[in-house]
Amino acid sequence: MSEAPAAPRTESADTATTTGAGRLDLLLVPPRPRTGWRVLPARVVAMCMVELQKLRHDRTELYTRAVQPALWLLVFGETFTRIHAIPTGGTPYIDYLAPGIIAQSAMFIAIFYGIMIIWERDAGILTKLLVTPTPRSALIAGKAFAAGVKALIQAVVVIAIAALLGVAMTWNPLRLLGVVVAVVLGSAFFACLSMTIAGIVLTRDRLMGIGQAITMPLFFASNALYPVAIMPGWLQTVSKLNPLSYQVDALRGLLLGTQAHLALDYAVLVAAAALGIAAASSLLGRLAR
Amino acid sequence: MTTDDKREPVPAAGPTPAPPSPHAPLSSSSAPSSPSPHPDAVTCHALRYAFGETKAVDGVDLSVRTGEVFGLLGPNGAGKTTAIRCITTLLPVPPGMVRVFGHDAAKERMAVRRLLGYVPQQLSADAGLTGRENVELFARVFDVSRRERAARVTQALEAVGLTDAAGRLAKTYSGGMIRRLELAQALVSAPRLLMLDEPTIGLDPIARTSVWAHINAVRAATGMTVLVTTHYMDEADQYCDRVALMHHGRIRALGTPDELRAALRARRRAAHTSSPTATPAPSTPSAPSRSSDAAPTLEDVFRDVAGSGLDEQSGDFRDVRSTRRTANRVG
Repeated sequence: MSEAPAAPRTESADTATTTGAGRLDLLLVPPRPRTGWRVLPARVVAMCMVELQKLRHDRTELYTRAVQPALWLLVFGETFTRIHAIPTGGTPYIDYLAPGIIAQSAMFIAIFYGIMIIWERDAGILTKLLVTPTPRSALIAGKAFAAGVKALIQAVVVIAIAALLGVAMTWNPLRLLGVVVAVVLGSAFFACLSMTIAGIVLTRDRLMGIGQAITMPLFFASNALYPVAIMPGWLQTVSKLNPLSYQVDALRGLLLGTQAHLALDYAVLVAAAALGIAAASSLLGRLAR
Repeated sequence: MTTDDKREPVPAAGPTPAPPSPHAPLSSSSAPSSPSPHPDAVTCHALRYAFGETKAVDGVDLSVRTGEVFGLLGPNGAGKTTAIRCITTLLPVPPGMVRVFGHDAAKERMAVRRLLGYVPQQLSADAGLTGRENVELFARVFDVSRRERAARVTQALEAVGLTDAAGRLAKTYSGGMIRRLELAQALVSAPRLLMLDEPTIGLDPIARTSVWAHINAVRAATGMTVLVTTHYMDEADQYCDRVALMHHGRIRALGTPDELRAALRARRRAAHTSSPTATPAPSTPSAPSRSSDAAPTLEDVFRDVAGSGLDEQSGDFRDVRSTRRTANRVG
């Protein structure tokens, strides 16, 4: 279908001039504007729909993005399970690792959104969205939660891989709902972090460098791979400031039933996402210029 | 210019009979203050915008009348796109500078945006979505109710002749089809003002004609105002009711294409009579052989009002690069 652009092209170019404006009655009436609080959820839904539609048309990203977490679990997880080097408090290391890898792969997806927003700026897509009755915060929130939706699909893939590797995780629907919320909030924060940086550096090349530079440290300076307790003091501090740690803590508590500080975790994730949306939307104007 | 409150519905009077022809000589940025009974679609008052040191738009006074096709003309880097971006609320302007149907672009952004359909210079359809999904997105962000969405999207696609291609991914579209898709995206919210930034840049002549045919058909059916920038003088001549010639951030001449040509003829004749030995117009090197009575083109008008040095200054590196990029995507 994508192979034959020439034939239908001419055909529809010809009919174009003749058909013209036939029935346009609906295009004469402006839609009734949503107001107040209804705007934000409507825009978020619109952005998430775009994300899902794109995934439906091209699933390659879904498959390629499954490779890395699979390898982490398979190579790193299996090896470290054998050598018992990391004190996990009784849980097998691969079980301990799985929630960390869910959070990591969600973060990697979200970090890409800054690059995407610059790409959309260059392509004129962002420009056009900015001329719609969409407040900048709603646009950013839409993108952030679209990242969350994409990360969620990724999380399902990782959970499936982990299940194949024999990780025993919960099937309690309430806990899974908690997982959904944690994944979405965490991804929203990291998407906003990268869109904020995009608003500062403004070019794709610079952002790629920064993105590369921060993702791995964010991953390692968290409790995704090992407990915070075994880190040196300064790293513990960094880890405490890292929202990824709270996301992993929540995921681990919900999926494995380990001890977790769920209230604190969600409070931090909500605050981080809100802060991220505020920061990214205040810098969005720089991308519009 | 102060027509915000005069909103008596008056039957469309076509391109308003404008002030006498020599009204648009070199006196730059002379706003047409003919008291029109229509509320003006766009009013710019001393519009200025600078990127750092560069004054992209340097004091533009402009009124676009409701229902007309207004062309903003000029070479790359003249400030057309910046002016458009100020009107669309993309660039922040102080209050009082820009009004769209009476709404201040600084204070009532959302109201202004709801009245606008905007097609930027780049090909801005999302290549990873189908044509229909591209239009649906804009139906959603303009709050088209779910009940109406499908029908409205269908009509918008039909209006631009993309019904058959609606289910295909936009990346399989030709440049002309993408432009029409963008037109559908802009139309789905029933805007009163359609803003098109270089709608035919990089398109082949057939696609150009087709894009314009759709713009005109839609305008005829909906009566919307169209503000278009272009550097194709022939297009402006053919399709615009009135044009403004922009150069170095200022408007150098404004009027209907006929008026502008007539004004140039008059100027040439005046130059002829005052100094019979001199060539008709010293600043029109392209047409030295042409007699002053031959019908000048808009390009001649432009060369006349812009003065010399046009060729050296038409757009900096960045402009050219972005134009090329668009042209590349058009294929």
